[in-house]
Amino acid sequence: MIVYWLCFILFLVGLYGVITRRNLIKIAISLSIMEFSTFLFFALVGYSEGGVAPIVDPADPVKLYVDPLPQALVLTAIVIGLATTALLMAVIIRIYRKYGSLDIREIKNLRG
Amino acid sequence: MKGMTTIVKQTTKLIAGMIFMYGIYVIVHGHLTPGGGFAGGVIMAGSFILLILAYGSDFLKLLKEESGTTMYENLAMIVVLFLAVSGLLLGTHVFFLNWIPKGTVGHLVSAGILPLYNIFVGIEVAASIVTIFLALIIFKEEVSK
Amino acid sequence: MEIAISVITGFMIIGALYAIHARDLLSAVIACGIVGYSLVICFLLLKAPDLAIVQIVVETITLIIMVAVVLDSSREEAFTKLDRQGYFTAITGIVIIVVFFYFMKISVASLDPFGEGTLRMAHSYIEGATEKTGSANLVTGVVFDFRGYDTLGEATVLVTAVLGVLTIMRIKGKK
Repeated sequence: MIVYWLCFILFLVGLYGVITRRNLIKIAISLSIMEFSTFLFFALVGYSEGGVAPIVDPADPVKLYVDPLPQALVLTAIVIGLATTALLMAVIIRIYRKYGSLDIREIKNLRG
Repeated sequence: MKGMTTIVKQTTKLIAGMIFMYGIYVIVHGHLTPGGGFAGGVIMAGSFILLILAYGSDFLKLLKEESGTTMYENLAMIVVLFLAVSGLLLGTHVFFLNWIPKGTVGHLVSAGILPLYNIFVGIEVAASIVTIFLALIIFKEEVSK
Repeated sequence: MEIAISVITGFMIIGALYAIHARDLLSAVIACGIVGYSLVICFLLLKAPDLAIVQIVVETITLIIMVAVVLDSSREEAFTKLDRQGYFTAITGIVIIVVFFYFMKISVASLDPFGEGTLRMAHSYIEGATEKTGSANLVTGVVFDFRGYDTLGEATVLVTAVLGVLTIMRIKGKK
């Protein structure tokens, strides 16, 4: 059960980074860390002790397989995380070119 | 942007083709070994990114506007949708059904419509990632105030 | 098995704490790579080879994009003093973390012990999967046949993200 505690603590570290940091790149890195913790949690829930990887070999029957359903959900989520990070980076590049700094308090104070 | 040194260019000449072939292998054997459409697509995109970074955009004469990668991506997406609708029109009247007869388990030509899905999703993912890379990093001088 | 995964997750927490507090932005991005690549080892220990392949290549592409963005803009985080608004933000963060700890205690107590199969849908997916889909890889069979709508939605999300990036960077400008 200590693995579940550590996984939640990783999520909280990412959340702390999103709340208290002022630089935009630090906020993007913390968002990425929160996503990694949820992937780890899904893979932990589907694991069975003594199971093998979910690939069927017709000549060698096996009794216990690891659950394939959480792995299918995480497979989709990893590629969507890449798309989200790329879009966030595009917005950061435009903000830096227009305002000249990456600090969220200075961006709020300037008006166009 | 400028390219890299001579050692990197010579090594890239030897390796980039092999990475592309490895990506095709992971896609086509998606229903037999771990991998599938998404992993193989990203590996194929990786070989293109390696070529662009090693030789520089001046040498490859990349145009300062949209290249043809979005055409591949849109065509692959349309074929995926057409394969999904084809279950509705041709086979039994159910949307998204696996209607091609499935062979024996473990052979390369088996599992119905799954290898075709893998191939077209792989092409679409590869074209998406190359387009994102080109738009963020290479095409820079087009933005004007 | 549980001890090995706990040690690697502890390593990831140390890397994440360093990535948040580093002053040089390039070091912070590379420390984010530590968390990503340690996740690959965790996936291999949890018997999920599909996820390991996808995570290692996607992490490489993410690192390339982040390093390019950091080298193009400022390289250092500006040093800030704690003023009144900084105190308010820190206290809000601590309150949220304490509330989360309480709910974490309740939810971890209600999970099954680690290593026993928690989900009950696994039986109906594994029993007849090779006859119904015909593929030897169960994860590909679930992704493309039993749950095909999710894959269709994810391909749409990728196309939309590329559309958004091209619109924001405005490659074909007005004449």
